[in-house]
Amino acid sequence: MNEVTVGIGGAAGDGIDKSADTLAKSASRSGLHAYGFNSYQSVIRGGHIWLKLRLGEEKVYSQGDHLNALIALNQDSIERHAPEVEPGGAVLFNADKLRVNIPVQDNVMTVPLPIAQLMKPFGAVPPVMQNTVALGALLFLLGMEFDITATVLADTFAHKGKAIIDQNVGVLKAGYEHAREHFVPLGYQWKFSRKRRPFLTGNEAFSIGAVAAGCRFYSAYPMTPASGILTWMAEHSERCGIVVKQMEDELAVANVAIGAGFAGVRAMCATSGGGFALMTEAIGLAGMIEAPVVFIEVQRGGPSTGIPTKTEQADLNQVYGASQGDFPRIIIAPKDTRDCFDSAVEAFNLAEKYQLPVIIVSDLQLSEHPETVEPEHMPATVPIDRGEMVTEWSGEKGEYKRFAFTPSGVSPRALPGTANTLHVVASDEHDEHGILISDVFCNAAVRRKIAEKRMKKMDLALKDLPAPKLEGPADAEVTLVGWGATEGVIREAAQQLNASGVRTNQLHFKYLLPFHAKEATEILKNCKRTIGIEANATGQFARLLRAETGHGVHDQILKYDGEPFEPGTIAKQVRGILKGEKVSLDVNLAEAREIAYHHVRVYMHEEARPGKITKAEGNGFGEPVWQIEIVHRDSGEKQGELQVGVETGSTYTWQPVH
Amino acid sequence: MATIVELPVQNFEGIVDPDWCPGCGDFGVLKAVKTGAAKAGVLPKDLVVVSGIGCSSNLPGYVHSYGFHSLHGRAVAVATGIRLANTDLKVVITGGDGDGYGIGIGHFIHAMRRNLDLTYVVMDNQIYGLTTGQASPTTTKEARTKSTPNGNVELPINPLALALVSGATYIARGYSGEPNHLSDLISAGIQHKGFALIDVFSPCVTYNKLNTYAFFKKRIYKLEDDKTYDSNNAKTAMEKADEWGDRIPIGVVYKNLQPTYEDSEVAFKNGPLTKQSVNVDKNVFGGLIEEMM
Repeated sequence: MNEVTVGIGGAAGDGIDKSADTLAKSASRSGLHAYGFNSYQSVIRGGHIWLKLRLGEEKVYSQGDHLNALIALNQDSIERHAPEVEPGGAVLFNADKLRVNIPVQDNVMTVPLPIAQLMKPFGAVPPVMQNTVALGALLFLLGMEFDITATVLADTFAHKGKAIIDQNVGVLKAGYEHAREHFVPLGYQWKFSRKRRPFLTGNEAFSIGAVAAGCRFYSAYPMTPASGILTWMAEHSERCGIVVKQMEDELAVANVAIGAGFAGVRAMCATSGGGFALMTEAIGLAGMIEAPVVFIEVQRGGPSTGIPTKTEQADLNQVYGASQGDFPRIIIAPKDTRDCFDSAVEAFNLAEKYQLPVIIVSDLQLSEHPETVEPEHMPATVPIDRGEMVTEWSGEKGEYKRFAFTPSGVSPRALPGTANTLHVVASDEHDEHGILISDVFCNAAVRRKIAEKRMKKMDLALKDLPAPKLEGPADAEVTLVGWGATEGVIREAAQQLNASGVRTNQLHFKYLLPFHAKEATEILKNCKRTIGIEANATGQFARLLRAETGHGVHDQILKYDGEPFEPGTIAKQVRGILKGEKVSLDVNLAEAREIAYHHVRVYMHEEARPGKITKAEGNGFGEPVWQIEIVHRDSGEKQGELQVGVETGSTYTWQPVH
Repeated sequence: MATIVELPVQNFEGIVDPDWCPGCGDFGVLKAVKTGAAKAGVLPKDLVVVSGIGCSSNLPGYVHSYGFHSLHGRAVAVATGIRLANTDLKVVITGGDGDGYGIGIGHFIHAMRRNLDLTYVVMDNQIYGLTTGQASPTTTKEARTKSTPNGNVELPINPLALALVSGATYIARGYSGEPNHLSDLISAGIQHKGFALIDVFSPCVTYNKLNTYAFFKKRIYKLEDDKTYDSNNAKTAMEKADEWGDRIPIGVVYKNLQPTYEDSEVAFKNGPLTKQSVNVDKNVFGGLIEEMM
């Protein structure tokens, strides 16, 4: 497939996301598919930002395994990423400030850009416009059309007026022309389909899905990586007629949404793991009083505050076990960006049809990475099922019972404001009318029956939800098992494995509760070898699978370093497992370099950088070590050497040069 | 303002009898809530009584209206959601001092600064009754309780002063031994446009042997009897909020009309959210997709 992966590296505040957005929109308007991944730190300014954008003529499902072009906005980015650029690629950088001081692979073109000279004709322009120069040069090298990017910039800066648009387009042109005069293109021949597609994150897809589904109330407390939903909703609340309420804490967020759901609007709230922990008591309340509410839990690296700007799938146990007691809940883990839209719509319908809390489990990678989605997959008109509602009631029907025992377990719902259906809902156990049986009026039979009534809804909901299916050859040698947002990257890994002769299929789960135990068991019992792939340390889903089906997975690929899976790495690990090798958790060379960067940042005030890295054995540490030279950032003079354990990752010694 | 048509209090008579201890102050509050709603002319179908957890939080179950008996400390948050979802409803929150001033104090303060149109009736008995007699946030300093056998070392919360600095626009104190006076306070609170707090002395006859009917009977006086008292003055209101000892004021301590949260919420321009269609405008939706291209 014709595709290219571009990396942009720099410091926070360098405007990297804007540049990537411009490039992605240009590609998208040309008819290419795009997938971006922003690996950022939780700092407002400074720190290292690394954004990858993969563009292809066909749909791309992950950030991939490659790097073909690098725009480096600071020296760190050259040192970290220039060696990753593959043959035939290019490294673009500001020649006024930076230099390529590290070996690059063969046949990689270095493209120094005389930024000051190129921007001179435009007078005093903000320094972030160096990105636009680089983008212009890149457009030429990648064989993309200048005019399309010019229109993207015109749209982006429309609110700032013609002068600013002209300036941006001019700077873009300067970069483009400079590249045309001095460099040869990298040789990409695109077939532009010209189909325009929206480029959006999972959080935006959740928001748009909620709008389509008629969500009228959204509450939140800011928490990465769920805040994108809050900001999108707030920005569009007036246009969409949605009350968007930032509350004082997640206890309030959950309870206010339950109040709104009870009163009869489609209500949603979102948070990450820590905030969800605060919401748990309320989720049980929604189950008990049978209020429809949609909760989104965007997982980030835990435990506790954890790694707030990194991805993980380690909150499955939490959502599964949230709140005391048995109560009905539905848990959905969308598999990709498009599915975020669908899942939001589904969640509102399920919540109202079955009168229960629906929890959508996302993760940082899914919620925050942008990708192109087919516009027809996000229609304005979606199926809306508000469940059994009572809009009027007369005495002829007898007395209205909010929690009437019915064969399905679903009791027709009357909203406050309706005549003749007055009732009280209670977190205490209650009878069909809602009258408490919790204390003095305790009644074992009623307790049993109302508990059964609530849980019966889960049997019905299970029939409503599509069962998991095996994708790929039925007689595969190996089955890759995953859940939620890793569907795309596992799909690409399976494609790579099949292409290299390992017959592989994929079993992926979106609906986690109620669980299709029967269907999953049928599939699993015919699988030759299963490998569970999860972004957590303990295989939380594999444990659930074993509990539900009696089938565990044979092997596991677990990742809990905060970085997203890459298809090539999964494929390599699968091949290793099939050969009987253990998945290596040793510190590799690139990781050793990052440990050295951490040392430099903490102890050397960024004045130095890692230099030569070699592996040594027998140094008396009881394990091989990475010996990392630390050199002065400017002079390259050796400052000392760091010894890092390959197995333990321990920084054993720092020996400065005196 | 529309004319108020008072309703018979029988309209609000619940079918379940309260399970409170005989002599509990909450009986008087229950009566006053029903009478207050009747006096304010709210139809039972348009009234939602929301509570948390505690003896007094059982109150919604005894009123013939819509009700939501929620979690400990979360009544104000739940009520906020109900109110924002359907502004045609009158939402009255009822609960105790532990519920509102202890575990739920965060929501209490934030609801006041939002000046949402909610009425909050706190049955303040200065003790945790349902859990059989531990210190509450309003327990008097040095009072001996099951959790403070050597005397309470903490200062009590002053709910009226807290309300005053937090932006509540109707602040009153009642006494369950004066249910008619209390029902007037509650009725005015329901009719008040904005956040209304009615802190009510509601003696716990079982676990609080200090703040008894006799204690209050001896000390309380009505602010309405002082014709010179100006409830629109925050400074003198603070003095009254602080008055404790031989004389304790009840009545409207502070009242001031300010724009409510609902006034500035643009999503209400087409009426209550529950009355709006769930279908999205196709042009609006098309614009949302377009801006992502």
